[in-house]
Amino acid sequence: MTVPADLDSRFRDAAARSGLLDASYDVIESEVGPLLAAVTDRGLARISFDPEPEHELEALARLAGPRILRSPRALDETRRELDDYFAGKRTAFDLDLDLRGLEGFTLDVLRELAKVPYGATATYGELAARAGNPRAARAVGMVMNRNRIPIVLPCHRIVGSSGQLVGYGGGLERKEHLLRLEGALL
Amino acid sequence: MVAVAPIPPFETFYAEHAPEVLGLLRRRLGSDRAEDAFQETFLRALRAYGRLRHGERLRAWVLTIAARVAIDAHRRAGEPTEELPEIPHLDGRPPYEELAFLTDTLPPKERAAVVLRYGYDLDYDQIAAALDSSQDAARQAASAGVRRLRRRVT
Repeated sequence: MTVPADLDSRFRDAAARSGLLDASYDVIESEVGPLLAAVTDRGLARISFDPEPEHELEALARLAGPRILRSPRALDETRRELDDYFAGKRTAFDLDLDLRGLEGFTLDVLRELAKVPYGATATYGELAARAGNPRAARAVGMVMNRNRIPIVLPCHRIVGSSGQLVGYGGGLERKEHLLRLEGALL
Repeated sequence: MVAVAPIPPFETFYAEHAPEVLGLLRRRLGSDRAEDAFQETFLRALRAYGRLRHGERLRAWVLTIAARVAIDAHRRAGEPTEELPEIPHLDGRPPYEELAFLTDTLPPKERAAVVLRYGYDLDYDQIAAALDSSQDAARQAASAGVRRLRRRVT
């Protein structure tokens, strides 16, 4: 016996409306591939280029709690803003972010990262300096690599000192794609 | 230390048990009424999920909640109810069978609490969620049931 799709989605909507979920997620199609996105009551907590929920749910449960459900409706605003971004109609996101568990230099770096504007790039060293520690370029690289909310926290805009792309959690092809979309690469 | 099953993400729990829960509710209530009951069952489970201390016997737990939801639906409709949840079993005899002949004269709530506690070995927080009552009330129902049984046996 399978659960009819309309019954299943009615339950998922009701669960999201109930306020009982620690986190809701959905898979959002994009031109850099399907993205798994998750929101909590604090805001957007995760974007993953790996859309397989089983790879993400355990980590999400450790962060937010075990009451996690796929609930497309809860991701409506996130989906809308990402769609607009990929359509070239949005250059900044108006989404609250759930950055719980992050502190100190990591949080300072992510706050500075959020200020790097659409279409611009900065180097790892520059971002380190803006976060108060010009010698910490390598540590900034680590923070970028562990960024839980890529695209919205634009780690794709951070490049090597001579402009080379260096690396990206989602693969260099995606980094290049996002920078071209923003007009930062020709 | 005894390894205890961790609590799975609710999505995993829901995906695993939703078809069986719907099957039970359809048998009890028919297709139409089963839909509301399905939603109510998983919302009750979700409400109690944050209080679970481990992920053991979640199947028996959610089927018990479903059976209680079906009983409530029958009651609201003024229909006669079976008080003891029918819990399909995977193999062998269901654990409550040995208790059934002892407990079938107990008041319904005490019977459900005794069977869930001693037949299924569920914790009181799980029993409370299944009976839609407090943990204290679940504990009291189970111990009242056991006292009543003792008086009868001795």
